[in-house]
Amino acid sequence: MPLIFDIAITHIAGRGRQTLVAVIGVAVGVGFSIAMAALMQGGQDDFVRQLVDTMPHVDITDEQRTARRQPAEDAFATVAISGLRPRDDRRGIINPTAATSWLESWIPGRFAASLKTQGVIRFSSREVGAAIIGIEPERESGVSPIVGNFVEGSFSALAAGGNNVLIGDTMASRLGAGFGDTITAVSAEGLTRNFKIAGLFHTGTTARDEGEAYLLLKNAQILSARPNAINEIRVKLDDPNRAPAVAQRAEAELGYKAVAWQEANESILEALVVRNVIMYTVVGAIMLVAGFGIYNIISTITHEKARDIAILKSLGFPESDMRRLFLLEGVAIGAAGSVLGALLGVSMTYTLSLVRFEIAATGQEMTRLPIAWSLMHYVIASAFALGSAAVAGYLPARRAARLNPVEIIRGAS
Amino acid sequence: MSALIETEKLTRVLPETVPVTLVKDITLAINEREFVAVTGPSGSGKSSLLYLLGLLDRPTAGRLRIGGRDAEPMNERERARTRLSMLGFVFQFHFLLPEFTARENVEIPMRKLGRLARPQMRERAGELLSSFGLGEHLEKRPDQLSGGQRQRVAVARSLANDPPLILADEPTGSLDSKSSEQVFAILENLVRERGKTVVAVTHDLDMAARMDRSIHIVDGKIG
Repeated sequence: MPLIFDIAITHIAGRGRQTLVAVIGVAVGVGFSIAMAALMQGGQDDFVRQLVDTMPHVDITDEQRTARRQPAEDAFATVAISGLRPRDDRRGIINPTAATSWLESWIPGRFAASLKTQGVIRFSSREVGAAIIGIEPERESGVSPIVGNFVEGSFSALAAGGNNVLIGDTMASRLGAGFGDTITAVSAEGLTRNFKIAGLFHTGTTARDEGEAYLLLKNAQILSARPNAINEIRVKLDDPNRAPAVAQRAEAELGYKAVAWQEANESILEALVVRNVIMYTVVGAIMLVAGFGIYNIISTITHEKARDIAILKSLGFPESDMRRLFLLEGVAIGAAGSVLGALLGVSMTYTLSLVRFEIAATGQEMTRLPIAWSLMHYVIASAFALGSAAVAGYLPARRAARLNPVEIIRGAS
Repeated sequence: MSALIETEKLTRVLPETVPVTLVKDITLAINEREFVAVTGPSGSGKSSLLYLLGLLDRPTAGRLRIGGRDAEPMNERERARTRLSMLGFVFQFHFLLPEFTARENVEIPMRKLGRLARPQMRERAGELLSSFGLGEHLEKRPDQLSGGQRQRVAVARSLANDPPLILADEPTGSLDSKSSEQVFAILENLVRERGKTVVAVTHDLDMAARMDRSIHIVDGKIG
């Protein structure tokens, strides 16, 4: 064992109780930091997973980011346009076959075209406003959030053809309708058509379960009097992180607005970043408090061991050895606290992962606390602990190194 | 004989509000294999001179050469290295590290210098302590030893790296007459048998008379 390490261990072992308190202080800080990070990261991951799973990774709609250029603007260098009136453009995505063929050629994932309109669903004397979505079941199954969430019937019932509709269980209960009942869909154009409920889904997202009705694309086109039209292409990528690049390319080529899930949820993701900053600030504060404990014990040791410092210097130890000695003592306490804290963190995180409960009132179900097991949490918490221990040890170490051995020897004589 | 230590107008002044002169214009030469006493009344500057010679303190004026090398341009690390390899200190109070055994205390300078392997260090520490009659106390801590035994451990420690020069500050000042005699005999033996140079600060004029020569200090000057 190196001499300095040997002396350092002897010093801190000589103050067993104080050392133990300092180690426990660091361990509690590290343990709570790890558990908190696991919980917050777990919550964040769960939230993002829900976003990624339930939303298309890229949503291409028949909208434009900026106003269309007027023909006069292309014909003349300077043009002032006034008195424009909105045109009811219901063409959707122009030349959808070419658009989907092009996407097919390079998109690293799956996509589905759909026609989404607003309408009303009627049953008996009740009415519910709904987004009526026309889909192609084969393609939709690759991107839809409802496929695996049926409480009655199934998604494949739509593929069987006929005038079938899939609605959420919440919409069904609001209408008083059940599986197999026939509802009436009324489009914004005033057209009506009857559909048989072939499936009831429950995704856990209130807006979807209460406000979406899925038909075959052809039926939706007939209902909205827009033959062959689609107005939305939803893309699911193999790697959701590539969504911004895919959206950018699709928008540049097709000329329609393509929104990546990150862009659609920018404010939420920003909030998560802010939350992480707050979390690591709290971790830093905990470690700062633990650092005071280490500072206290190292200061006490340097004070008590002033004579040893003089002895060692007289024997030929330079100031750098004295700095290293007391710095090592601080880091040793930090390291012991980190190891103990990591064990505490594991047990606390595991205990939290066993907690089970349900929240049904919000429409979102959660049966256990979302926990993220990440080595990085342990590395960051330990790095914080060792860093604060090093600073807490360095300050008294520097002071100890500067002690004049002659003054101490004279004082002892 | 060649000079192991040479000083020329060595001066140490404490920069207080009213400057305090500890040592003033001391010029001396101490040869190899000399047994030198530094005597003088309390507060005369004997210990201050010893700390200057031992590179524990820096002079405010004058020159010091140790082993033929000028000490003035040495940085803190070089001075520490010189203390480690060329000097051995013995203080009035033993100044042993209380958590370590007698053998471990003697091993510390050797471990710092790192010239020997650990088994050789252990062996040498044992031999040194045994040669001072402490063979049965190798694994005892300082608080388990008598005052005389502790001081003998301190002398053994000062010899750990086989330095040519031993500086002793009142080495018998806290001991009874029997232990004092034992420690004095050891120091004398270091010079006569082992060829060391010993410079010892002492109040005891009888003891000083038995050494090769005395340097008498009064008010920081050679009197």
